Amino acid sequence: MSSFTTNIQLVYILAAACFVVGLHLMNSPATARRGNQVSTAGMAVAVVATLILLIHAGTVTGTGWTVIIVGALLGSAAGLQSARKVQMTAMPQLVSMFNAVGGGAAALVAVYGYLHDESTKAGVLGTTTVTTALDVIIGSVTFTGSLIAAGKLQGIITGQPVVLRGGRLLNVALAVIAVGAAAFLLTTASLPALLIVVLAALAFGVMMVLPIGGADMPVVISLLNAFTGTAVAMAGFVITNWALIVAGALVGASGGILTKLMADAMNRSLGNIIIGGFGTGDSAVPVAAAADAQIKSVAADDAAIQLAYASKVIVVPGYGLAAAQAQHAIAELAQVLAARGIEVSYAIHPVAGRMPGHMNVLLAEANVPYPQLKEMDEINPEFGRADVALVIGANDVTNPAARRPGTAISGMPILDVDQAKSIIVVKRSMASGYAGIDNELYTNPKTSMYFADAKKALAEMTSAVKTLVG
Amino acid sequence: MSTALVTDLTIFVLALLVGIEVIGKVPATLHTPLMSAANSIHGIVLAGALLIGVSAHSVVGYVLAFVASFFAAANVVGGYAVTGRMLKMFRRRVTPGAPAAVPAGKSGPASNGGPARREGTAGS
Repeated sequence: MSSFTTNIQLVYILAAACFVVGLHLMNSPATARRGNQVSTAGMAVAVVATLILLIHAGTVTGTGWTVIIVGALLGSAAGLQSARKVQMTAMPQLVSMFNAVGGGAAALVAVYGYLHDESTKAGVLGTTTVTTALDVIIGSVTFTGSLIAAGKLQGIITGQPVVLRGGRLLNVALAVIAVGAAAFLLTTASLPALLIVVLAALAFGVMMVLPIGGADMPVVISLLNAFTGTAVAMAGFVITNWALIVAGALVGASGGILTKLMADAMNRSLGNIIIGGFGTGDSAVPVAAAADAQIKSVAADDAAIQLAYASKVIVVPGYGLAAAQAQHAIAELAQVLAARGIEVSYAIHPVAGRMPGHMNVLLAEANVPYPQLKEMDEINPEFGRADVALVIGANDVTNPAARRPGTAISGMPILDVDQAKSIIVVKRSMASGYAGIDNELYTNPKTSMYFADAKKALAEMTSAVKTLVG
Repeated sequence: MSTALVTDLTIFVLALLVGIEVIGKVPATLHTPLMSAANSIHGIVLAGALLIGVSAHSVVGYVLAFVASFFAAANVVGGYAVTGRMLKMFRRRVTPGAPAAVPAGKSGPASNGGPARREGTAGS
């Protein structure tokens, strides 16, 4: 290793260290911004070092410089534009798109690595390594899988699980073809085999995500994030670049941890989610509300009285809140209550929203201070002291049936909303959640149901509270 | 297995363990920015994309270099920008210096209209 390349590798190690420190600083909202800056600085250093390496190599042609610079500038503009314009509710789609392009770029690096193997003469194809094959496969699967996930989240592709006849068999076949052709490449040089690997992996990505329902998206995005990280690490193996290996491994670890957390919070195994089944969540089938005599319905004034004379209120937001764009409305109500000296906090279930931690971002955008955002384990013991639990757009995660064996959600960790002294549930109808079972919370004698769109209901309650207390 | 591969593998496994250790400590509140930050970190694949330029001397090479650079640059720039935008929204207080909110858990008069009473005004 010449002293020049050694120095470049040292710069890459510095960049990798910045990534680790940056992620470490994300362990508290107070330092997280600094973490992002440290990470950005590491990235800038790595990119500059790469450019110096390119200049030093002296083999980049004029066309070569043009394509990489124009490509990078156009890509930067596209990325910056989408980052600036994206709505916080659309964050899962954007993250999914970044997964797609990251995985796609990693796959292309490996494809080029194969086409231009330095150990063989120019124009002659050689055999490949396990890491190149893995990079091509994982990168391609991530690319199409993430595009499909983004399409589902954006509503371009139906959020319902798309189950094809023999789909599972087709998946197995595609996986066998991709791995088989890749194995063939390990011993035999063949361009068609590479194309088969790429195409089978791309098709597998589509087929893997299509049957998964909208409500399972937090798990899918996390999993694809882990895939992208792994693909990038493999790209690092292909071009022997430690920065890529370290960065890819960090992302792989992050995605893996989040995947496990999300799957646990939904009480489902990863296999169960990938294979598909229930998991639609977005479908709201209106059911006659007053059919059951045990259900107590409430109007804005009564709900306002309960809230205004409480001393502790816990808000339980679910995806329905985000779907109704009601995060600003709840923040306003909470502010009115807090102004009366009422203690308001938010109970956030890990799968509230469409990606890990999504609800927190939505509430932060609505100007809710982060100390009020409580995680499940932290808030559950507090429900017993709450005068009112205000449930908005959350369903299965509040169902006490999860504590009993023998139901569709048995064993799922839930928020102990039923421990509160009184409960107000804002909901459009009695439709069941994505697990498809009735919520026992709604028939609890302590529960009042407020049937309305979340945004409208919150506005009504806020003005009722204001009128009430002058 | 070559020494170089073993070295790479060692780095990979250790980085994976560091990642698990560091990321396990991130609170659920920050999981979306965390994923977005991780997203921007895997944008380092931009280095790999640019390095294609070193030996790309054919149309196929140029096309791959262009597309890979475009993808990776979108990933890295967009990722960092959106993470920064999100993290800027996380505040400790409602708005610095704003009178509205009372610290959680503390009861007392705070509304602009005068002392708020806890009892006695119901039904008015």
